[in-house]
Amino acid sequence: MLAPLPSPAAPADGQPAGTAGLALAVDGVDLRFGGITALRGVSFEAAPGQVTAVIGPNGAGKTSVFNTISGFYRPAAGRIRLGEVDITDAPVHRRAGMGLARTFQNIALFRGLSVLENIKLGGHHLMRAGVLSALAYGRKARDEELALRAEIEERVIEFLEIDHIRHRSVDVLSYGLQKRVELARALAMRPRVLLLDEPVAGMNREETEDMARFILDVQEEWGVTVLLVEHDMGMVMDISSHVVVLNFGQVIASGAPAEVRRHPLVVEAYLGADAGAEAPAEPAVS
Amino acid sequence: MSEFLEYALLGLLSGGVTALVALSFVLIYKGTGVVNFAVGEVMMLGAYLYYAGAVTFGLPPWAAFVIALGVIGLLAVLVERAVLRPLSGQPTVAVLMATIGMASIIHGGVEAVWGGDTYTPPTLLPRTPLLMGDILIPGTVLGNFAVAALLIGGFLAFFRYSRTGIALRATASDPVTASTLGININYAQRLTWVLSGLVGTVAGVLIASSAGLSPLLASAALAVFAAIILGGMDSVLGAIVASLIVGLVEALGAGYLGGKSRDVVPYVVVLAILVVRPYGMFGSRSIERL
Repeated sequence: MLAPLPSPAAPADGQPAGTAGLALAVDGVDLRFGGITALRGVSFEAAPGQVTAVIGPNGAGKTSVFNTISGFYRPAAGRIRLGEVDITDAPVHRRAGMGLARTFQNIALFRGLSVLENIKLGGHHLMRAGVLSALAYGRKARDEELALRAEIEERVIEFLEIDHIRHRSVDVLSYGLQKRVELARALAMRPRVLLLDEPVAGMNREETEDMARFILDVQEEWGVTVLLVEHDMGMVMDISSHVVVLNFGQVIASGAPAEVRRHPLVVEAYLGADAGAEAPAEPAVS
Repeated sequence: MSEFLEYALLGLLSGGVTALVALSFVLIYKGTGVVNFAVGEVMMLGAYLYYAGAVTFGLPPWAAFVIALGVIGLLAVLVERAVLRPLSGQPTVAVLMATIGMASIIHGGVEAVWGGDTYTPPTLLPRTPLLMGDILIPGTVLGNFAVAALLIGGFLAFFRYSRTGIALRATASDPVTASTLGININYAQRLTWVLSGLVGTVAGVLIASSAGLSPLLASAALAVFAAIILGGMDSVLGAIVASLIVGLVEALGAGYLGGKSRDVVPYVVVLAILVVRPYGMFGSRSIERL
């Protein structure tokens, strides 16, 4: 009756989850809501340890792709693979143990909890002590808790420069800091693939540059695979090594940032059908 | 003056058990968003199971108590799986009606098996009264309060400090995000129902062993609704403070205005406070109207 709350953290091959990035493959995914097709034959791969961006006009299906990878939506066809493991049918909470972490477009921190409590929840799936032992706050639970806390302090909180706010309630933080705490929580999950849904949406120039630097640091120092959805085209072009463009639920272009920027279908999707002839240096984006 | 002190003290002490019932309700409302109208019936069923174990089967009271807890826990798991999970995502009213239905089933079942008589189950706690100057406090009242206070304190600490407690709070506030962090929401909700059932059973056994056991026990939960609404439906602390207030007002009303005022005075006070603070003393403003 009282099985442990956290899902088993070991991936299918039995190895403990490290932090080396895994490849994330989306393979021929169709997603339908009733009669509406949200995604049609979407395929791309996020290379291990690289930053891959998914861009596209509003309603192109970017968030649908993310929600399918997270497991909120079940695709009508196609597979999602994390490294060698097919995760298409895995329940949402199991994917955390397989190395998948994400942030949300609208900040999804737990209100009323402190910064540290929010971040520690990211490490929730890493702990094995069962509920009864945790209820009694037994030795095993306490040791795990202390080890997790030490790791979070060292690797996440200092890394993201949020030491000074750790005991504050997340409700009182600025927008930019809340976004950073959400990233910290995702990092506390020891992810191997990190999904970032509009990490700099609504940020000013300075906050955007900070966040871009953190994302690059995460990718370089932790070797994590990063897949991001973002509207800020300058940032996408600066930090991604690979860009996937969606329009009307289909992949219309994919490649290095410089190639994608000049792709006629991409220009058309962003500027309308008639603008295709004169491709500007950088597509304007809402 | 000593008369006032005695009424006030008795009221506050009996408010402890009310707080336990309120906790059983608030746990579920906070954890799953369900307004559970079967709280009183679960409490009553737990008490009857305890009675059956201790008297019908002649087990030692503590064993009967543990068995009652086990059976209620198991029932909570079954109900969550068979009734509530299929209803998740349905309108609030549908789930609410389901809890009212369960309340009727339990009530009818208990009356069919045990009838409407009043039984006296053995008490788990010492009955030695406490004499403080002129004030006499019955032992059961004191014991009930002590158990309630311990249990409530334990729950507050559990939710504040333990990992599972924090995970349950996270699930309550945002299940979607919680699941991406690796928290098994189904498990968290099942645990919530089990914990609520266990707390209700403790409250039921405490009340039954001091005031007698009959199907009327379920209506003890009615006074608790006053406390819950007063405290704010989603605040554990609010439920506790409000329960103590309701207990106090009830006892003072009964003492000075006669026993019958017991059923009226708390509601008048609650009504008066709600006019000033419509969301309860500690409740969040986002509560929907039902």
